[in-house]
Amino acid sequence: MTTHVQDFLAQARVVTRDLRHRGLIQTALRKYETARDRKKAAFNDWQSARQAAAETKWDAINHLDTYLAEFADKMEARGTQVHWAGNAAEAREIILGIIRSKGARSIIKSKAMTAEEIHLNDAMEKAGYEVVESDLGEFIVQLRHEPPYHIVFPAMHLTRDDINELFQKELGSASTREPEELTMIARRALRRKYITADVGITGANFAIAETGMISITENEGNARLTAALPKTMITLVGIEKVLPKLEDLALFLPMLATAGAGQTITGYNTMYGGPRQPGECDGPEEYHVVLLDNRRTELLADPEQRDALHCIRCGACLNVCPIFKNVGGHTYGTTYSGPVGSVITPHLRGLQDWKHLSGSSSLCGACTEACPVKIDLHHHLLRNRRNAAFGEPSFFERLAYRLFAFVINRPGLYRFAKEAGRLTEPLQKLIRNTPLDPARAWTGSRDLPPMPEQSFKEWWEERR
Amino acid sequence: MTGREKILGRIREALTVPAPHPGAHDAHGGQAPHTSFKGRPVHVARGWMPPGGDTFEEQVVRFRAASTELKTDFRFVGSRDEAFTELARIRDTEGWKSVATHRAEQPSAAAASLGLPVIHTDEGYDVDALESCDVGISGCDVLVAQTGTVVVTNRSAGGRALSVLPPHHVVVATRDQLVRDLTAAFARVQETYGTGYPSMISFITGPSRTGDIERILVLGAHGPKKLTVLCW
Repeated sequence: MTTHVQDFLAQARVVTRDLRHRGLIQTALRKYETARDRKKAAFNDWQSARQAAAETKWDAINHLDTYLAEFADKMEARGTQVHWAGNAAEAREIILGIIRSKGARSIIKSKAMTAEEIHLNDAMEKAGYEVVESDLGEFIVQLRHEPPYHIVFPAMHLTRDDINELFQKELGSASTREPEELTMIARRALRRKYITADVGITGANFAIAETGMISITENEGNARLTAALPKTMITLVGIEKVLPKLEDLALFLPMLATAGAGQTITGYNTMYGGPRQPGECDGPEEYHVVLLDNRRTELLADPEQRDALHCIRCGACLNVCPIFKNVGGHTYGTTYSGPVGSVITPHLRGLQDWKHLSGSSSLCGACTEACPVKIDLHHHLLRNRRNAAFGEPSFFERLAYRLFAFVINRPGLYRFAKEAGRLTEPLQKLIRNTPLDPARAWTGSRDLPPMPEQSFKEWWEERR
Repeated sequence: MTGREKILGRIREALTVPAPHPGAHDAHGGQAPHTSFKGRPVHVARGWMPPGGDTFEEQVVRFRAASTELKTDFRFVGSRDEAFTELARIRDTEGWKSVATHRAEQPSAAAASLGLPVIHTDEGYDVDALESCDVGISGCDVLVAQTGTVVVTNRSAGGRALSVLPPHHVVVATRDQLVRDLTAAFARVQETYGTGYPSMISFITGPSRTGDIERILVLGAHGPKKLTVLCW
């Protein structure tokens, strides 16, 4: 069995050498960057707006118990059934239970990273239900039996030719190279699904405590249709998505759109506060909201990194990350990739198994700079490294430092080691980057600096 | 213990240790973070957001500029009659055969002026019939100058599906519905409904769109391919 770190390294080695893939990602991200900069410039003061967003999320997260209870009470007051899921298995069981009790057969889904997190589609398919992803990018990766490549742009790693080939094979459509035609093929394939689906499942970008509403951000209208046509609607939402007041969206909708996709505001931002109410002509008869903890409370218990729960999943940190740009989204092997994924995955899925993600960073800080809610991302990566080293110190690392301390405290021994190093240096060149090389982890991808001609001590004594 | 009590209990326990103030790590402009906003951050932030225009004329200009960028067909005319003439013109260009609307003063008058078969969604409707309509004509609550957004609810726009199922969505609005920015839009929504909110409030900005294939813009991904805003 390979470990997560071995998988990561093996996959990274393949992807970083794939020039076509890198070209594709970099072209897409350049387009994003141009659009984002233009939209940022439309703000009177982007930096202060970031601070306001950070303060608002800080308030929400640091009073989460109050706001979450308020959210649930307000939701329930208008006929929504609110469920509390402690972990992924509970969330799956709650959702499958609802589907079963409705005697449903087919399910239409709009994009939800929380559903990816709990592997909901797998569970529903294994239980014998037909599940269709309605977001175009998600629909494409679902047909390929792949997880989304990026939390905002799921099919970013594919060209129109890849998608054309996929649609021909899976949907029997005619060949075309036009993105518009390809989109229309998916539109036609999905229209019937909305109309015939028994259950619609959505995620949520925000949960508004004041009014008991969830807010969904999308461009395509697929979530609008998912929430309009099926008789039963289910929303799966992480507990950290809470915002105190409805009016807070006046700040967060433009921040999310600008940081996430380089738009002033996303095409559809829709707030849902319950099932069809008396006097309304359509909408679901039943509405269920499933609140998901799944170890978010453990991250909450770490005050140092609590602000990682401010994340609004805009993807801005992924888009600017030199690691993400080179290793790609699938290499991470996690639901949430990029800098924020590297910060939170060790908390959500185990520090020792996922600490390598915090190591795979240049600590350049581009992520922290890009974050619209000012999460201290690159310092959190350092904190994860520190916590991992404290939790499970490496035997060899400790041994190496002990040896070093032993040698450096004994001048005679130190002189001897230095001379020995000089003498053996040419030998090291012979075994460099072979299994015999003790420094292989370093020399595999870096040069070993040559020993200087003269040590500082020798230089000092010469000049004295 | 219920799931609710368990999770809220875990949250309370986690929050016993306070977290540092947000943004303290950030060195932007060298200034200390705004440690205390006078009032709520969102109110202070209003001045930092993209502007919406101070006068009505400026707001129309902003709404038009945003519409052009988003490919919304925005037609600002002098009277309702002129608006209906514009609507008839679009009907002829696009060859509409059937219309969906709802029982509200302006939208149903607009639909009736077209002389075509009309479905009223709020009288109960068949999904397939609505889907095959050429256009859905709805009212709205607010137009937002700052972003070019149309705010609808299922009460002001004939339910959840009318504004998103037919291939063309026409919004009829009066000039008093245009507001400066999103903050004003939320205030207007709160004023209109008090605590009795409809079950859906949707901020619609432009026709349905996607960039999921090579980040190339395509309109009409799942919702309407066209959005027309008629305002008088």
